[in-house]
Amino acid sequence: MSTLHTVNKSPFERNSLSSCLGHCKPGDAVLLIEDAVVGARKGGSFAGRLAEAGKQCSMYALGPDLAARGLKPEDMDACVQVVDYGGFVDLAAEHARTQAWL
Amino acid sequence: MKFGIVVNEGPYTHQASDTAYQFAKAALDKGHEVVRVFFYHDGVNNATRLTVPPQDERNVQRNWSELGAKHNLDMVVCIAAAQRRGILDENEAKRQGKDANNIAPGFRISGLGQLIEAGILADRLVVFGD
Amino acid sequence: MAQAQKKFLYVNRKAPHGSIYALESLEVVLIGAAFEQAVSLAFLDDGVFQLARGQNTKGIGAKNFSGTYRALGDYDVRDLYVERESLEERGLSTDDLLEITHDTDDEEDIPSIKIVSRAEMADIMASQDVILSF
Repeated sequence: MSTLHTVNKSPFERNSLSSCLGHCKPGDAVLLIEDAVVGARKGGSFAGRLAEAGKQCSMYALGPDLAARGLKPEDMDACVQVVDYGGFVDLAAEHARTQAWL
Repeated sequence: MKFGIVVNEGPYTHQASDTAYQFAKAALDKGHEVVRVFFYHDGVNNATRLTVPPQDERNVQRNWSELGAKHNLDMVVCIAAAQRRGILDENEAKRQGKDANNIAPGFRISGLGQLIEAGILADRLVVFGD
Repeated sequence: MAQAQKKFLYVNRKAPHGSIYALESLEVVLIGAAFEQAVSLAFLDDGVFQLARGQNTKGIGAKNFSGTYRALGDYDVRDLYVERESLEERGLSTDDLLEITHDTDDEEDIPSIKIVSRAEMADIMASQDVILSF
């Protein structure tokens, strides 16, 4: 039974994304929301770590948070799928538990 | 699915309350049930009716009050956190000898047990914080 | 209708006193004890400092609530998981932590702190029904 991990802070500001990725299990999902989305930008120094995690876990970013920060889905690392709030709800329903990495 | 939602931050300073609101709205639009929205830590500050945000900005408290009214949501403000931060209803103001109360429509003040109960009743508990 | 008991995990990742999260999460644990769910606490990242021994808060004018962790056994909270890598990264060892014990019907003073690896912590998290983060 898998977990939806949500991360809301940028990995350049706080270690929550790093800590989250250190605790994910295969089959889990990681959803970047709010400022965390900046960490998934292609070419950014965190993108490699996300791509590595993306081999075992599904990576997502919240579309409205990207747009608010001047990012487009095509700016995201290839492993990241963009979802809207409805998609966020679907992910929370699909996985057995949601864990917020604040 | 039954969702419980926890809001750990107040309006405006952090995005948590906005994200929680959008999540709640999306869940309800999809036909899910929101069994409770529990406001803890600075999240209790979402429940003051005294905010006067700029006209061209969203009104976070009003968003919650209106969503609460439309869907008959149980929006609970933790009493201990509320006491620390000065969010009072009429009863609490009388009890504590304060000369005013400030709780917004649709919110009720209750104990931390309501958070645990939300975790027990809901299929999924989703936390929004900083 | 009776609900099956759920496994609740309280996740603590922040040092005490720089913010209120450590104190207010502990308050949830204490109140939550009355609901007879299966409760455990996780301390990782800077959260390990919440269990540091020798906390003296006089200089900052804040209440020292570290003694409350020692009372958790009285509330039937017996599993405090502390992440080894988080301790090591911060130069801490188990000697730096509070002594927290609980009693059972058969035994007294059983240590409540369980040092676990990051991988074990991930497994513990993956086995919970409800995860509360502060």
